[in-house]
Amino acid sequence: MQQLLQQFINGITIGSFYALVALGYTMVYGVLKLINFAHGDLFMWGAYIGLTGLSALVALLAQGGPAIIAPVAVIVMVTIALFGVLIERVAYRPLRSAGRLAPVISALGAAFILESLARNIYGASWKTYPPGLVPAGKVALVGGVRISIMQVLVLVVSFLLMALLYLFVYRTRIGTAMRAVSLDHEVSRLMGIDVDGIIATVFLIGPGLGGLAGMIVALYYGSFDFTLGWVFGLKAFISAILGGIGNIPGAMLGGMILGIIETLGAGYVSPQWKDVIAYVILILILIFRPTGLLGERVAEKL
Amino acid sequence: MPLLRIENLHTYYGHVHALKGIDLEVEEGEIVTLIGANGAGKSTTLRTISGLVRPREGRIEFNGHVLNHVPAHKIVQMGVCHVPEGRRIFTTLTVMENLMMGAYTLKDDRAIRENLQRVFDLFPRLAERKNQLGGTLSGGEQQMLTIGRALMSRPRLLLLDEPSLGLAPMLVKAIFETIREINARGTTILLVEQNARAALKIAHRAYVLETGRVVLSGPAQELMRDERVRKAYLGER
Repeated sequence: MQQLLQQFINGITIGSFYALVALGYTMVYGVLKLINFAHGDLFMWGAYIGLTGLSALVALLAQGGPAIIAPVAVIVMVTIALFGVLIERVAYRPLRSAGRLAPVISALGAAFILESLARNIYGASWKTYPPGLVPAGKVALVGGVRISIMQVLVLVVSFLLMALLYLFVYRTRIGTAMRAVSLDHEVSRLMGIDVDGIIATVFLIGPGLGGLAGMIVALYYGSFDFTLGWVFGLKAFISAILGGIGNIPGAMLGGMILGIIETLGAGYVSPQWKDVIAYVILILILIFRPTGLLGERVAEKL
Repeated sequence: MPLLRIENLHTYYGHVHALKGIDLEVEEGEIVTLIGANGAGKSTTLRTISGLVRPREGRIEFNGHVLNHVPAHKIVQMGVCHVPEGRRIFTTLTVMENLMMGAYTLKDDRAIRENLQRVFDLFPRLAERKNQLGGTLSGGEQQMLTIGRALMSRPRLLLLDEPSLGLAPMLVKAIFETIREINARGTTILLVEQNARAALKIAHRAYVLETGRVVLSGPAQELMRDERVRKAYLGER
């Protein structure tokens, strides 16, 4: 029981990384019906911008500590959000009426460009975040389960961001407009909604969250290289599909489930088999619910 | 000065020349109907007015402003609202959220509440169902929602595209009565309809479109007596 709870906590930690990144895929898919393949690499860039910001602050202040994480996190979110808007503007908007294949190719191109840029600018070697930013201690929970301060930080930040995003999308005027645009661009325009503006907003929020996730993942694991976006991006993409692509609570749920299944598989069977176990379960879920767990709950009446 | 004045309007879909020089006017307070066969350019005329497609040539003037290059979402702000064909409600938004999207251009909460009250007066059924998802409404209720949603911006000119399409005969009658009621409360209406007889009955004036051109126009009562109209559009011999 204790081991199960321990694995569960590790699982939701990994799951919240997937969820934060999956939100970016699902939101963009919602408004553009496009898989933004560049999203995983925007996430990876979050790790690099975080590295630059943290290293610079550590050098400047001649000390590291938890206090410098927050300002760098803000810089990372803003920078990656701007990257996202730029990519939409340059690589996707001109192809808006070009069918569905051309933007996908453009997205793959953007992904390769981002990845090559990272390799050429930062080098191909593994990078390490400055040590000692997050205190290494563990907190004991009931039943002998222990949670690291790093995990507490990850969970608090990601759940807070997901709750804020949920409230934004389901309780505000702009959030409702976002859902309207994902249902029907043309009618949204006829309601007076600036569809291009809403799409740009989505490309601020999704990559902003994804970039922050990149920094948090790098903090959590300590080191990374330019292929980070590929592995995590793919798993986050799968999480979005699992939850029902286009569905925001679905992306959160899908990420959590994937993280938990993977961790339990690694803990109870073997780490080498975790991906096999996780993806067999995913394939089974998709066979029985092809639209994902929360996709298309309401039958459309015409 | 007419509320809406269209001069020599030409619109293309790719290489298809859909509108070949339409001239049309709508006076404030009128119901004007466009009748014609499928493909005559009725929907295209509405889509060009609301900015969903751009005219190649000609001029659209609403309330003294030229609309040719105004983006669709700004045309709504100017007081033109277009209800497209086919009951395109937001299925996974609630009825209330659908209506609020109709009021998207309004910033004043009091005006939004007043407009909501007006819509609920006109369609009490929507008030009963305000927390339901749009997709769970019946066909007739969905059509009420599309019209109610458009009225939330309190447009001066309402463009209605085939509001009776696919509705049961009893509901068709109710929809036309509602259109007349909306007009009586001060909204000018440009109505596109396949159901020419019902449309001519409530309209003040009408234009007959054939393959992208206006072939006939005049007071609705006169057109109803016109032999060509009776043969081609009212199904008489």
